[in-house]
Amino acid sequence: MPRRDPHETLIPERDKDKTPAIECIGLGIDFGGLTAVDDFNFTLGRTEIAGLIGPNGAGKTTVFNLLTKVYQPTRGRMLLEGRDTKNMTTAQANRAGIARTFQNIRLFKELTVLDNVLIGLHNEIHVNLAQAILRLPSYWRCERVARERAMDLLSIFDMTGVADKKAGSLPYGAQRRLEIVRALATNPTLLLLDEPAAGMNPSETSELMENIRKIRDMFQISILLIEHDMNLVMGICEGIAVLNYGRIIAKGTPEEIKSDPDVIEAYLGKKGH
Amino acid sequence: MIKQARDIPTPVKYLINLALFIIFLVVVNSMIASKTISGYYTKVIMLIGINIILAVSLNLATGYLGQLPLGHAGFMAVGAYSSAIFMKAASALPMFIALPLGLMIGGTVAGIFGFIIGIPALRLRGDYLAIITLGFGEIIRVILLNIDSVLGFNLTYGAASLKNIPKTTTFLGTFICVFIVCYVIHTMMKSRHGRAILSIRENEIAAESCGIKTTYYKTMAFVMSAFFAGVAGSLYAGYLGILNPSNFGFMKSIEILVMVVLGGMGSMIGSVISATVLTALPELLRAFADYRMVAYSLLLIAVMIFKPSGLMGTYDFSLSRLLGKGLSRLPARNASPARKGDDR
Ligand SMILES: Nc1ncnc2c1ncn2[C@@H]1O[C@H](COP(=O)(O)OP(=O)(O)OP(=O)(O)O)[C@@H](O)[C@H]1O
Ligand SMILES: [Mg+2]
Repeated sequence: MPRRDPHETLIPERDKDKTPAIECIGLGIDFGGLTAVDDFNFTLGRTEIAGLIGPNGAGKTTVFNLLTKVYQPTRGRMLLEGRDTKNMTTAQANRAGIARTFQNIRLFKELTVLDNVLIGLHNEIHVNLAQAILRLPSYWRCERVARERAMDLLSIFDMTGVADKKAGSLPYGAQRRLEIVRALATNPTLLLLDEPAAGMNPSETSELMENIRKIRDMFQISILLIEHDMNLVMGICEGIAVLNYGRIIAKGTPEEIKSDPDVIEAYLGKKGH
Repeated sequence: MIKQARDIPTPVKYLINLALFIIFLVVVNSMIASKTISGYYTKVIMLIGINIILAVSLNLATGYLGQLPLGHAGFMAVGAYSSAIFMKAASALPMFIALPLGLMIGGTVAGIFGFIIGIPALRLRGDYLAIITLGFGEIIRVILLNIDSVLGFNLTYGAASLKNIPKTTTFLGTFICVFIVCYVIHTMMKSRHGRAILSIRENEIAAESCGIKTTYYKTMAFVMSAFFAGVAGSLYAGYLGILNPSNFGFMKSIEILVMVVLGGMGSMIGSVISATVLTALPELLRAFADYRMVAYSLLLIAVMIFKPSGLMGTYDFSLSRLLGKGLSRLPARNASPARKGDDR
């Protein structure tokens, strides 16, 4: 099978004529002397589901932190729907369309499931402080609409029944699903999922796969996911990028990646060693 | 789960709460007027009101926002002095204008200080914020002591005390302020603004990634907290009639913090109850007053060991919720599986 150039883009046919959801050009970051990510070139179609894989410590989460502006890149540029994201804060990046989940779950644990989603809807609720304190009709209307929207979003994962439970009291898998719902609530164009299936059993994982596809179809957004579960990655990703020591070592369709000698070596180590 | 259908409609709940509060005001006020409650107890009750405002406003910054400021008495001092100086100068104004204006001035000046301190302090975390605000409180006290010699005229009268402040603080005035402060904080906390503040306490990075401008909301909560401390300070000035910088030392800040921690961080009703108890107890048991700080420390240690979340945890109490529970025992007509909303 012919090898692809690691800098080539893999946008699916249907997204070719639209501005990419995100375009990274030579993105890189150093932590002191350590180059965690380097020369990261990556383009994502508007309705594409793509995967970012690689061994532990390869720099996958760091890429997410760069995309969401938790870290500012040392080099390179990043275009979000064609707009340069230089000097954006994390909150601004979110409002510009990037939402994410976290590898080590970061829910608002002491708050209810519903409140977690309502916080995701923060910028969708247009009530100012005076309206809220005076409890004007606009406050009640916006709150009611937001609650209905939150319940709709929770229903994607059949979670309306636990809306009043503390987020921290949910089982692990449900917490991961809630993080996805909260991210969706911010009305993103690009959803980043950091190991969404971690800690899930096989049946939960296959259900998650279905739901990720469903979300893409419902919301018409692009999804980039980091995952160690190869069944999931190979099952739903249209394009995959493999990261090792902070660099992309291969890009391709699931079939191409499975048989790529560099990838096999990165995962299994050099033969004979 | 509470059944929405059997709940009392929200506007009615608000009216019930308001009515109960007015009844409380009228009853206590007429008891004071008829001397059923002695002048001494009236003073204790007013002090309770002032301390409730202090505790509830500090709870906004500690319990809800999750920061640990140690300079709340500093904001109180700023409010007290600025309102006292205004009230002394404004003796020609009719009381119904001067009094609210004095409270607003005290609150606003404290709020401005909150903004100036908050911008740098809120960039720091945990212990650093505590140290910066602690330093601020002490600086304010020292400035109040010495500013006259710098200015060259008498403004605060330093250690000699600012005297002859009009004693405008009444039971009614104090508890109307208590009501307004509690109402404003309560309604804000049940809106998107309040949820943003809570999300910062829970997980700042996640809050940012949900598109919340964390610096903005941190500053907002901090300024509001300082503003209400300034209002409490203004009431305090009109209550004592005389101000001395030593009223606003570090120990005062700690006293307020103890009220919040004891009541349960993030529980408004907890702050109200513990402010009430911790103000009333030392006053009622005079012999005990000397050992107040010892008792505070022991109490705090005991709470930390046996109930680290404070007496009320994060529970928020509501009279109308109790009434709603009473009603829910009645046969249901239309029990739709609605969820628990924000205002029960
Ligand atoms: N804030 C930071 N400061 C210093 N080094 C960092 C920082 N963040 C990440 N690194 C380093 O960058 C490298 C990549 O880490 P990263 O978390 O991105 O890996 P990963 O691919 O997500 O791994 P895993 O599969 O274990 O989650 C690691 O060597 C890590 O120690
Ligand atoms: Mg990672």
